[in-house]
Amino acid sequence: MIQDLAPELAPKLAVDLGLNLEEYGKVVAILGRTPSLTELYMYSLMWSEHCSYKHSRKALRMFPTEGPYVLQGPGENAGVISVGDGWAIAFKMESHNHPSAIEPYQGAATGVGGIIRDIFTMGARPIASLDSLRFGSLDKPRQRYLFEGAVAGIGGYGNCLGVPTVGGEVYFEDAYEGNCLINAMSIGLMREENLTLAVAAGPGNVVLLIGSTTGRDGIGGASTLASQEFDEKAEDKRPSVQVGDPFEEKLLIEACLELLQAGLLVGLGDLGAAGLTSSASEMASRGGVGLDIEVTKIPAREQDMKPHEFMVSESQERMLAVVEPEKLEAAQAVCTKWGLRSTVIGAVTDTGRFIVRERGEVVADMPAATLAHDAPMYDPAMTRPDYLDALQTFDPDSLPHPTAPAELGDVLDRLLASPNVCSRQWIYRQYDHQVMLDTLVLPGSDAAVLRIKGTPRAIAVSSDCNGRYCYLDPYVGAQIAFAEAARNVACAGGRPAAITDCLNFGNPEKPEVFWTFHESVRGLSDACKAFGVPVISGNVSFYNESFGKAIYPTPVVGLVGVLEDATKRVTMAFKDAGDVIVLLGETAAELGGSEYLKVVHDMVAGPPPALDLAAEKAVHAALLDAIEAGLVKSAHDCSEGGVAVTLAESCIVGGLGATLALDDDLPAVDSLFSETQGRIVVTCGEADAEALIGVFSGYEVPWSVLGEVGGERLVVEDKLDVSVDVLRAAWGPTLERLVHGETIQSEELREG
Amino acid sequence: MRRAVKFGVVIFPGSNCEQDVIHATRLLGYQSEYIWHGDTDLRGFDAIVLPGGFSYGDYIRTGAVARFSPVMAEVARFAEKGGPVLGVCNGFQILTEAHMLPGALLRNRGLKFICETVPLRVERSACQWVDLAEGAVVNIPINHNEGNYICDAETLARMEDKGQIVLRYCEPDGTRAPGGSAPNGAFDDIAGVCNERGNVFGLMPHPERVCDADANGTDGRPFFTSIAALLAGLAG
Repeated sequence: MIQDLAPELAPKLAVDLGLNLEEYGKVVAILGRTPSLTELYMYSLMWSEHCSYKHSRKALRMFPTEGPYVLQGPGENAGVISVGDGWAIAFKMESHNHPSAIEPYQGAATGVGGIIRDIFTMGARPIASLDSLRFGSLDKPRQRYLFEGAVAGIGGYGNCLGVPTVGGEVYFEDAYEGNCLINAMSIGLMREENLTLAVAAGPGNVVLLIGSTTGRDGIGGASTLASQEFDEKAEDKRPSVQVGDPFEEKLLIEACLELLQAGLLVGLGDLGAAGLTSSASEMASRGGVGLDIEVTKIPAREQDMKPHEFMVSESQERMLAVVEPEKLEAAQAVCTKWGLRSTVIGAVTDTGRFIVRERGEVVADMPAATLAHDAPMYDPAMTRPDYLDALQTFDPDSLPHPTAPAELGDVLDRLLASPNVCSRQWIYRQYDHQVMLDTLVLPGSDAAVLRIKGTPRAIAVSSDCNGRYCYLDPYVGAQIAFAEAARNVACAGGRPAAITDCLNFGNPEKPEVFWTFHESVRGLSDACKAFGVPVISGNVSFYNESFGKAIYPTPVVGLVGVLEDATKRVTMAFKDAGDVIVLLGETAAELGGSEYLKVVHDMVAGPPPALDLAAEKAVHAALLDAIEAGLVKSAHDCSEGGVAVTLAESCIVGGLGATLALDDDLPAVDSLFSETQGRIVVTCGEADAEALIGVFSGYEVPWSVLGEVGGERLVVEDKLDVSVDVLRAAWGPTLERLVHGETIQSEELREG
Repeated sequence: MRRAVKFGVVIFPGSNCEQDVIHATRLLGYQSEYIWHGDTDLRGFDAIVLPGGFSYGDYIRTGAVARFSPVMAEVARFAEKGGPVLGVCNGFQILTEAHMLPGALLRNRGLKFICETVPLRVERSACQWVDLAEGAVVNIPINHNEGNYICDAETLARMEDKGQIVLRYCEPDGTRAPGGSAPNGAFDDIAGVCNERGNVFGLMPHPERVCDADANGTDGRPFFTSIAALLAGLAG
């Protein structure tokens, strides 16, 4: 066993690599000696926050993880649900925030590549991606660079693979200026019997590395990049960002699925954060076995690489497979057919030890399970932030509000032109969202709908999180993230099956930040329990701070729902003149944290909208019953900008006006722009109105008939009278114009 | 009983629309099978489709590597004998690289990938893959980064003369905007061209994406039914 670290230098290096001295002490205790250089690198990566979840793991135990659909809960590369007739859906969301904040194209591209590998590792063919993005204001050139680069990177990677990018969301808030968020979600489809776990088993079996060569790229990506805050040295970390090769990944998908289909593998894992160290140690510890790896066998793309560099490199597009010796030839033949390199780099042993050799000499020798499972677990201190009192007690009624229809029309135009509300076409036009021919509802509606060929079923998917609400009240904000995702899926006709989440927060070692994390997890957990929907996979991204300032707490929820009958799917567009418009739910005066408050008064304050989980659930149930009865022609939920924006969007997309009245006895500004939860604008044919109301009346839900679809104007009695063309002109081109550095003047949005 | 028309769909490493072409053609009632890019036996196939995707990653010019795949020499021979060949998107790019069709495809104007459904005007042409009336408008998705068709004026004039311009980007009513209707900046709004004989056809839009009545429309069907009807007639 090599001893290449002096006992007095080792702790210093440990600190440089991101471990604290206590953690270093634990490594020494496990080994009973000073670690070697390679061992120290491996522990520092595996025990980084990014790989070990050492600050979050306890809180995450609050999540419900079981449910009728669940085949595989958290702990594997992705969660898996059954969707009937032997078909299963694997999905997960993951962050790639820090790399993207430095190099947006490659950061976002490799984020997509990484999460897609997690999906096909499970034996599923990736069928869809969603991306949840957050940037600062597009007034700033750097933010435009990040936004354009990230969108191009997501498209560049996903388009090449032939996996459609079908949805997601984006918000622009100053809180994300120094630390953008790039969360990528991938969804895969498989037969239940093909479910594959990342487990190494069978001493004597060989360890096969498939795919790209290994270089020095991405060394320390998970520790020094993903697990630390940004400061003025961030740009120096550019070499820690990996570079993606989607062509290689496409070949990997095809080869791995063929290998699994042919039953040639014992286990399969992808090399993501912390590279070979992570996938190998996790596969070994799950299987309760040891591994013996010879680094000089690993195909290198650079000269003179050291053992620790081989072990922690995050070079992309690599997979690790465990193969029985008698199937090795057949397995390698499949790789060769797809033009992929495959190399035996070691073997499974029965010792439980993870041994790394360089030309036979042992350079690391540790109990495999200690890398993956013995990381310290923390109970970080929590304090409710002081700023919340002032924010939550702010009363939006203390501000002057417009009352005249002309003024309210102007406000609606400005809201539609807000980067947080406007059309997302500029983004999804750059994504192949149709390849595979299963996207029944294309981007631009509340949820994307993907059919499962050969069955009558489809899935509906949405990702959501309003970070502003979470900033104002992380418990309620996280619940709303869930509620909105479920509501969006319900608007398409999907019954919620399970969620994945990507929890983006600041530095968990700060008590105020950790409190927001804990409250968000508690809120999300309570929402999931109320709906009976489990969390089957997810990711925590901490240290989203720049220069000491944290982002808004941003627990993004990715929800998958099931439609038993794909033909019952619904979109948000108004369909025909004469259709009856019904509001499900009831509006309250809730302008706190609203888009109205931000756009008109430049404020982020007040209590966020309240969420009554039971009422929310009843609204979804009523809607889904009506949809399944074939009564609903359009459904669109109320979120940012309130019912006025909801109505405007249904008009714009449907190319039809509407005439209606909002009889809620509220001031006009609340009536139109309040962001009260649990509301959906539903339309039906005139002949079906009675039946629709009959369905709604069977539930404890408020509803009101608002008016009817038709004409070329959106007319709300006493409150609004605007032409749909004007609304479209405000809503349509905003993102493209902002990206080109134009500013949107409120005067030019005015009618006439 | 006469056997059904059989399409062969070539898979290059990096192709990603091959399963969509298979789905569309089978849905329309034809036989349809994959052809691996390393294979050189096209016997039994009545028509060959080069599908969309990013062959070999397209890290240099699109289609520049795929044209050297072993199967391509056979595809060229098949076409010389009059066999029908269709190139969709990346397939079109490969056919221009292989000089089986005139012109070339540059990066889109604006340098952005474009995925959207666009109106296309059917021109009077010799193309065997289209039997729609001149002036008909079909709505078909495009999905590419390099669809900006270019050729020199002389080639354009010759193609016009020989009826080789098959499809043009247009406005929803079939007219062409004075500044051009091509979202990608294509020269003379050209979206699809064929060879003089009319058996080799390349287009940037994806007809296979709009063949299934259950998903997003059926405007792409004529591009497969036309050639199948022609082949069936020949087999008579």
